[in-house]
Amino acid sequence: MDHKMTDGTNGYPGKGYKVIGKPVPLIDSRAKVMGQALYTDDIRLHNPLIIKILRSPCASANILSVDSSAALALSGVKGVLTGADFKNSFGVLSISKDEPAIARDRVRYMGEPVAAVAAETSEIAARALRLIKVDYEITDGVFNSKEALKPTDQPLHPELNKKNNLHKEILQEFGDLDQGFADADVVVKKRFRFASINHGFTEPHATQVSIDNNGNITVYSATQVPHYLHMAMAEVLEIPEHNIRVIKPHLGGGFGGKSDPFPHEMIAAKFALDSGRNVKIKFDREEVFFSHHGRHQTDLTMTLGYSREKGITAIDLDTLIDGGAYGSFGIVTTYYNGVLLQGPYKLPNFRFHVQRLYTNKPMCGAMRGHGGVNPRFASEVLLDMACAELGLDPAESRLNMIHKENTLTTNEFRVTSVGLHNGLTESIKRTRWKEKHGKLPFGKGIGVACGFFISGSALPIHWNKLPASTVRMTIDYDGGVTVYSGAADIGQGSDTMLAQMAAEVLGQPLENIKIISADTRTTPVDLGSYSSRVTFMAGNASRNAAIRMRRILIEAACELLEMIPPKYDRPDAPDNFFRQGGRKPDFEQGFLGPNPDYTDGFIIEDGLIRSKQHNASVTYLDAVAKALEFGGILQTSGTYRAPKLGGKFKGAGAGLSPSYSFTAFIVEVTVDPETGFIKVDKATCAHDCGFPLNPLTVRGQIEGCIHMGLGQALMEEMVYDNGATQNPSFLDYKIPSAFEQPEVDIVPAYSDDSEGPFGAKEAGEGILAPVIPAIANAVYDAVGIRLTQLPMRPDRVLAALAKAKDKEAAK
Amino acid sequence: MKLLNLTINGRDITKAVSPGMTLLDFLRDELNLTGTKNGCDKGACGCCSVMIDGKPMLSCLMPALEAEGAVITTIEGIAKGNNLHPVQEAMIEMGAIQCGFCTPAMVINGVHMLAENNNPGNDEVKECISATVCRCTGYNSIEKAMHLAASKMREAARDGS
Repeated sequence: MDHKMTDGTNGYPGKGYKVIGKPVPLIDSRAKVMGQALYTDDIRLHNPLIIKILRSPCASANILSVDSSAALALSGVKGVLTGADFKNSFGVLSISKDEPAIARDRVRYMGEPVAAVAAETSEIAARALRLIKVDYEITDGVFNSKEALKPTDQPLHPELNKKNNLHKEILQEFGDLDQGFADADVVVKKRFRFASINHGFTEPHATQVSIDNNGNITVYSATQVPHYLHMAMAEVLEIPEHNIRVIKPHLGGGFGGKSDPFPHEMIAAKFALDSGRNVKIKFDREEVFFSHHGRHQTDLTMTLGYSREKGITAIDLDTLIDGGAYGSFGIVTTYYNGVLLQGPYKLPNFRFHVQRLYTNKPMCGAMRGHGGVNPRFASEVLLDMACAELGLDPAESRLNMIHKENTLTTNEFRVTSVGLHNGLTESIKRTRWKEKHGKLPFGKGIGVACGFFISGSALPIHWNKLPASTVRMTIDYDGGVTVYSGAADIGQGSDTMLAQMAAEVLGQPLENIKIISADTRTTPVDLGSYSSRVTFMAGNASRNAAIRMRRILIEAACELLEMIPPKYDRPDAPDNFFRQGGRKPDFEQGFLGPNPDYTDGFIIEDGLIRSKQHNASVTYLDAVAKALEFGGILQTSGTYRAPKLGGKFKGAGAGLSPSYSFTAFIVEVTVDPETGFIKVDKATCAHDCGFPLNPLTVRGQIEGCIHMGLGQALMEEMVYDNGATQNPSFLDYKIPSAFEQPEVDIVPAYSDDSEGPFGAKEAGEGILAPVIPAIANAVYDAVGIRLTQLPMRPDRVLAALAKAKDKEAAK
Repeated sequence: MKLLNLTINGRDITKAVSPGMTLLDFLRDELNLTGTKNGCDKGACGCCSVMIDGKPMLSCLMPALEAEGAVITTIEGIAKGNNLHPVQEAMIEMGAIQCGFCTPAMVINGVHMLAENNNPGNDEVKECISATVCRCTGYNSIEKAMHLAASKMREAARDGS
């Protein structure tokens, strides 16, 4: 085995950093490996009531009555809640607050909460659920997107005043589509179909609430978005936000599945407020699947024009996405289905029409690669087809179309750093692509695809003028540095990243940095862990707070050394300056200023602050003591705000990001024509995450994305029968095991982002999308079939092979 | 309620237990040994694995009373004080830990595998890891960690002899 991978830098220059760019294990990994890390359900509150939720057995029904008298009469039952107890609905997007904590008057999906019980023990709560009588009047349900488009007098959401179940429709056109197709040497078109898939995080949803004598509640919850939960809870419960404290304990995976406020969180808080008791709730795995919020089931038709000279000349996309019963992130998903096709290649002419439908199924929402994954499959497969028709090498053809650095896309996304060209070139070499593509024996194939993703949404979900992320930093008299951030570590390692920022700038060992995060009482606001925003935004905030702190320490050191402190550029507007990493990108010249970061003529290391010029030093602790003399507290803040971006047209805000990641992905597969099984033998990934802050965690994100992409490609699908979830367990919803996971080769594709913290961009999501079409393209290379339906199950492979054989015979 | 006698992480325990209680709930709720996780309650995810009489078992499928007389090691009993087991050390070193929810079960299974054979082949390692669902890592780093732990243990065995 090659253990040298822990270095992971693949020869990329480390720029002389001490902590940044080094393979650093997560700072909480020791607690995790010893079983000491406390996840939400591991917290032990004093004498809590146990909550259980009664869920609807019908997908579509009117609730005629709910009789909870027998349940309430049961000894040990302390309360029952029904839809009537919650006036306000909620939703993560302020433009679609359509979900009640408990169904009122009607149920819209099977598994929807219709009542909840709080009792002294879980056995009593379970018994009480069986005593609640709900009288349902079953109504006609809508179970797929096409049905949902049909006119009806009884839509799922009458409040939208529509005569069908359309939730959101977006049609945008850029450039001249007709001209684009006229410019093409070949035009390819196909229909694609995608199953809905689930995040499959290992820790089921859980929430605990403690309450004090004054009715203040502390909510411990398995959430990616403590801040949004905080806001939603105040609105649903109609209490001031400052009476609520939300804490995210250790979190067992999210992938977008814990990025909404959830009904059970509202229910738990309400029980605590009503009973004055601590409460707890934990889902079983079935409930996780019923709540779902996974990737939308999708039907799409795409037409792609391709020219030998110009590359892609036009894309026309028509998509239906099945949103299930409620809005969740769906409006964003609807936009992302279109706008994320704006990269990684130049796309001069472009139209997309996306419709999100309400159906009587568990709702869909954000999932890793949000909205961009399914259309990416279509465009990358069509591109492969176009190249095949023209007899071109699909990998080399891609090289010529990649966005240049510091350019605008057709819909006015600002593209800054791009490391894809190098990454793809190197991947072609490393895989010996040219010796393999089109030349392997029947059953063996190699395929390529590329990806593009946002590095944080530039706009907040709830419009406000606060920074997107703020970090508070303190140094105590003992020299210990504490970073306070609202960012939610969901296992991706954001706490470690925040600590690396502070350690590097302040010249401290990582062990000297303590992190307090995701606690709405003690940490400043960060919007949450979604849209791959945390490294870019919270990372910059932590770095900026540390730079301010460094200035204070240097000034204190100068006072002790009787030196004149250094003059800083733009002392009045440090955040604007820092936002650009201390550098100003010049778009016309493609020029990036030098990287001053914190070049102040001093070095902090080994417990000393040393002036380079004067060869004089003081101890770090003396400087800290000096700095503390005046106010007794040594504290700074750092913020991140995205720059002003984007066009002036309606919907221009969707997909705007301060930077974008790029990915090249090549896989080698074996297809067994007898069984229809696809085995992925090797994956080669070049992901441009800017400068990799921590190669160990970047590698982990790449391998994790490959796992999840592999699952969606080959086996994962939510199965519904008239709205009833057929496979709500890990026994029936299969995810890839270690045997399916291929060997992974990571190729450097790094760039130096002008605004990312130390040049970094996202690494958590963008990798996933190209995994799936690369596999499909490799399958074509192996056995000559184009699979257009996910997952690419063996039966579909066999059917396509049989069809290809018939076609061959008919010739 | 019935009396249950067993040894957990080297400590003898006698407690009254209701017949319906699983071993997992007994560990988590009666003893506060929350390092053992409940990911599915159905024996499908493996996160609840503990060592019973030297073998990894799913504690969510086992009535606590069936563990009468058993010697059990949970994740809390793997390290010797602050000295981590080589599997734990290797998991940290190789970045095989992300969210960490499956980690205790992965460690339990790895410790068992390497106790049986400190020179496992690739398939043996994959087999061991497949006992637990991990959604974060893609398993590559966990595999590497198991191989690294095996080589550390072989080295220690050589040095010791």
